[in-house]
Amino acid sequence: MEEFFQQLTNGLAVGGIYALIALGYTMVYGILRLINFAHGDLFTLGAYLGFTLLVSWGLSGVLGGLAVAGVLILFAMGLVAIAGCLLERIAYRPLRNSDRLTAVVSALGASIFVQNAIMLVCGARSQVYPTGILPTTIIPIFGVDVSAMRFLMFGFSLLLMLLLYGFIHKTRLGAAIRAVAIDQDAAKLMGIDVNRIISTVFLIGPALGGAAGVMVGLFYGQITYDMGFSFGLKAFTAAILGGIGNIPGAMVGGILLGVIEALGAAYISIAWKDAIAFCVLILILIFRPTGILGERVAEKI
Amino acid sequence: MNARIIDHPQFSLLVGVVFFMLMAMVPTGLELSGVSGGGIAQLDVLNKIGIYAVLALSLNIILGQTGLFNMGHAAFFAVGAYTTAILNTMYQWPVFSTMPAAGFLAALFAFLVVMPIIHLRGDYLLVVTIGIVEIVRIALMNNIFGITGGPNGIYGIARPALFGLVFSSVKLQYYLIWSFTGISLFLFYLLEHSRIGRAFNYIKHDDLAAAGCGINVARYKLMAFVLGAFWAGMAGTLYAANIRTIEPMSFNFYESVILFAIVILGGSGSNAGVILGAFLLVGLQDLFRGFDSARMLFFGAAMCAMMVFRPQGLLPPRRRRYNAWQLVGKFASAIRRSYPCDEDKRNDR
Repeated sequence: MEEFFQQLTNGLAVGGIYALIALGYTMVYGILRLINFAHGDLFTLGAYLGFTLLVSWGLSGVLGGLAVAGVLILFAMGLVAIAGCLLERIAYRPLRNSDRLTAVVSALGASIFVQNAIMLVCGARSQVYPTGILPTTIIPIFGVDVSAMRFLMFGFSLLLMLLLYGFIHKTRLGAAIRAVAIDQDAAKLMGIDVNRIISTVFLIGPALGGAAGVMVGLFYGQITYDMGFSFGLKAFTAAILGGIGNIPGAMVGGILLGVIEALGAAYISIAWKDAIAFCVLILILIFRPTGILGERVAEKI
Repeated sequence: MNARIIDHPQFSLLVGVVFFMLMAMVPTGLELSGVSGGGIAQLDVLNKIGIYAVLALSLNIILGQTGLFNMGHAAFFAVGAYTTAILNTMYQWPVFSTMPAAGFLAALFAFLVVMPIIHLRGDYLLVVTIGIVEIVRIALMNNIFGITGGPNGIYGIARPALFGLVFSSVKLQYYLIWSFTGISLFLFYLLEHSRIGRAFNYIKHDDLAAAGCGINVARYKLMAFVLGAFWAGMAGTLYAANIRTIEPMSFNFYESVILFAIVILGGSGSNAGVILGAFLLVGLQDLFRGFDSARMLFFGAAMCAMMVFRPQGLLPPRRRRYNAWQLVGKFASAIRRSYPCDEDKRNDR
């Protein structure tokens, strides 16, 4: 029982991170019908930016633990958002009207580019985040000692998701994003500047990914230049699991995938941990390609 | 009459023959030109290019001809290479006799894995095939069935031998690999110009219309995968025999990306383009070994730039040409046979 509870909370914390990354995939896919392969590497970029900031500014001495984390996350979010926007300008916008494969290959190229740029600048060795920024208190729940950090992670990703949900559903800009996702041409006729909306989506998605990057750094303590690949692929799995293009779906899918993976690693085999997520991906695409919350769309998958 | 040689229907065949005659002279040429080491290093690179060319040609059937986004080609390659390695080191099969087994197992694997997902559209297929290649790599790492040797892989694969001739030197390997490439290229040329090849192309351009014309789309898609995987498996044999040590990391996602890029950048659907792509991507990679760390950076940037400026690839496939006159001739004679006209009867008498 204790093991189960440990793995469950661990899965929730990781799942929150998956969900944040998955939101970036699902929003871009919802609007452009494009798998933004470079998104996973923007997430890595966030982790490295947070790291650089933390080390070079020596923030941890000046502010309290949580404030440092907050500043880092905000900063990484801003910078990664700019990177995402630039990426869209350079690699995707010229291909807006070409066929899907072209854009997918360009996205792959961008992914390889960003990943190797990070490697060239920051080195191929893994970097270690300074410890002691987040509280390491242990909270006893039902007689099981659980690290508070997990709840903090989960809580923070939940907060970001709720903010996004509110933004998408309560503001004018959010309504415009939903409109463009449904029908670009009709949205254009209604006076929505589609290019601006796409740029906005490429600001929000990477910003969430950047936040997730810093959180991974703080949570695991270690970052590598190529971690974006596996995190990205799993987050994409999460997005499909919940129903791609569907924002609540990405949240549910991410958390679910985190829990499945943590429990699978504990009860099936730790060596096959990464394979579990891919098996989930294949099974969901075979049996329910629209995902858990996805609606049946006219276009066949 | 402005018949140019380029327009000749057998032009590509001719180019291929000339190309392979030139390739056959390369080792002798390198020796005569007095390159240091007798051109061994250059031949080694050419061997690598040859293996990648076969792999990319086999991916071209799936991705280029049929338009199925397969990012998991390294998985089929891995199945073939491991089949050869296991049969050779554990059961002492000669390398050449493992080749059909490698091809067959890779094809069987493709058939079983791809069958449930064949209906997936475009980029979904892409993501699933990435998943497959990762699962295969993880399975190999975890020493599945206890025969893959885990992360260290398998070493000590024998040299291939045929009728007492052991392909031990780099030069002999070169002839072996490039004759295999030549044979593959010729067979793929025939495939492209066959009924099946036309069906593949039709599916690529419009699978709904293809289905309307009575093409069993799912079966042909599966056939493309199985054929491509069979050839990738045999390329696995060549690779295992050339490199003699195989490990799971040789079959990771980035191998698939490179193969994918060779086909797309070379000109998807065009055999000549794929060969050119293999030379450019694998050969240039080797030339830039000095800038090892920045190599992939350029590679990624080139992929983006290429898609923006020349998405059809360097050497896109030529339009299919049909000898219309010949078809009319056939058709007219068919009419005559079924409805003999007066003139015919008079001639018969």
